[in-house]
Amino acid sequence: MAGTNLIKSGASARLLSWLALLLLWEAAARFAGTRLFPPVSTVLAAMGQDIASGALPYNLALTLCRVAAAFFISMLLGTVLGLLMGTWRRLDLLLDSWVTALLNLPALVVIVLMYVWFGLNEGAAITAVALNKLPTTAVVVREGTRALDRELLEMAHSFRIRRWSALRYVVLPQLYPYLFAAARSGLALIWKIVLVVELLGRSNGVGFQIQVYFQLFDVTNILAYTLAFILVVQAIEWAALQPMERYATRWRR
Amino acid sequence: MILEVGIERKSFGSGAAERVVLEGIEFGLDEGEIIALVGPSGCGKTTLLKIIGGLDAAFVGQVQWFGSKPARIGTIFQNPRLLPWRTVKQNLLLVEPPAGARAIDELLRALGLWQFRDAYPTQISLGMARRVAIARAFSIVPDLVLMDEPFVSLDPAMAERGREVLLDAWRRRPTSALLVTHDLLDAAALADRVLMLSASPSRIVQTVTIDPELRRSGLEASMQVALKLRAAQAMT
Repeated sequence: MAGTNLIKSGASARLLSWLALLLLWEAAARFAGTRLFPPVSTVLAAMGQDIASGALPYNLALTLCRVAAAFFISMLLGTVLGLLMGTWRRLDLLLDSWVTALLNLPALVVIVLMYVWFGLNEGAAITAVALNKLPTTAVVVREGTRALDRELLEMAHSFRIRRWSALRYVVLPQLYPYLFAAARSGLALIWKIVLVVELLGRSNGVGFQIQVYFQLFDVTNILAYTLAFILVVQAIEWAALQPMERYATRWRR
Repeated sequence: MILEVGIERKSFGSGAAERVVLEGIEFGLDEGEIIALVGPSGCGKTTLLKIIGGLDAAFVGQVQWFGSKPARIGTIFQNPRLLPWRTVKQNLLLVEPPAGARAIDELLRALGLWQFRDAYPTQISLGMARRVAIARAFSIVPDLVLMDEPFVSLDPAMAERGREVLLDAWRRRPTSALLVTHDLLDAAALADRVLMLSASPSRIVQTVTIDPELRRSGLEASMQVALKLRAAQAMT
């Protein structure tokens, strides 16, 4: 019961903080009275129009698809790479400097190179985003793999638990906290990079739309797209990430 | 004889830093026999079990198994090593070869664990977790059970209950077993034969065969045996 109350009070606190921010925005914008800082009510009205015309849902959906593709590719490959590097010291030594280099390579450089080498297409766009995220996932999962409980691995070996079962039931649950951390920071990073990728080389998506409105100095629509985007990110956090994390760590309660 | 152990030498490190932990450990284990290896803390008892269990192959000598192959070895570790994210029953279902769900239910009932079958290891006491570890080792219908200080850090009453549970499991299907412990009462209550180990580098300094009339016949008999073992230990 106490847990449920805590969750409820947490949710209402969040809602209150959001409302406070919107009210503050509305008041400040009305006080400023400039076209470059429109009040939230004007932004919401613009958002409503864009939703009605279908432009916002269309561009948002395209961006989300790119985010999802880059996210799954980078999480999958990064996890496999991190597991291998955490397990085999030699492979770690071999790949460590590559991963560090990729980790520190500016996102813009990767994007530009991908577009130059592979053309302005969807594959290059998604690869560029995934390449930006992959090394952080690999590094986080490598740390998780190094921290695996040797005693449990020994137990699995001693009881002849099959390799696949051992990976699924002994290794992965120990990596969940690391995977969730990688997923959270990954989504945050991927959102940002996808917009840049769209701005530089796609003819649709939220990033492209923001560029169009930037050229028109249309701050109202820039904020409308931004707000829609933030709402979607929050919804994913509340509706997907948090419930998944609660389920994966239910044994701790 | 089902198992013959002949460890000439086991050491850690090399060169000047080499530390010999086991030297000249030789003994045989008969089918259905329980041998206790008693020695001071840090004398290499756990290492000895790891070698026999196939978890450590870096030693000089050999361990020969004459039973059915591959040997089904059920290990009861010092720390129960249950997967905290799986319930008691799920922990038992994971090991190979898996017992059927019915066999596991029966085992859980027999060992007084039935009401905890759906609890997570974090929700039960250490004594109970140790019982689950015993159930897990016996669930595979083992040819050999290896026990590493299975009742260490339990209070005397819990340790006694643990020994009873272990004997219940063993009587359901008598199997060969090796117990390493520093607790003479554990050895006295469970073993047919007790091998006394010296401090590191460990060697067997004395073998005591437990009087058949006093074997596994309750706490009072065990305490008598433990006193005899202590006297024997004092002689070495």
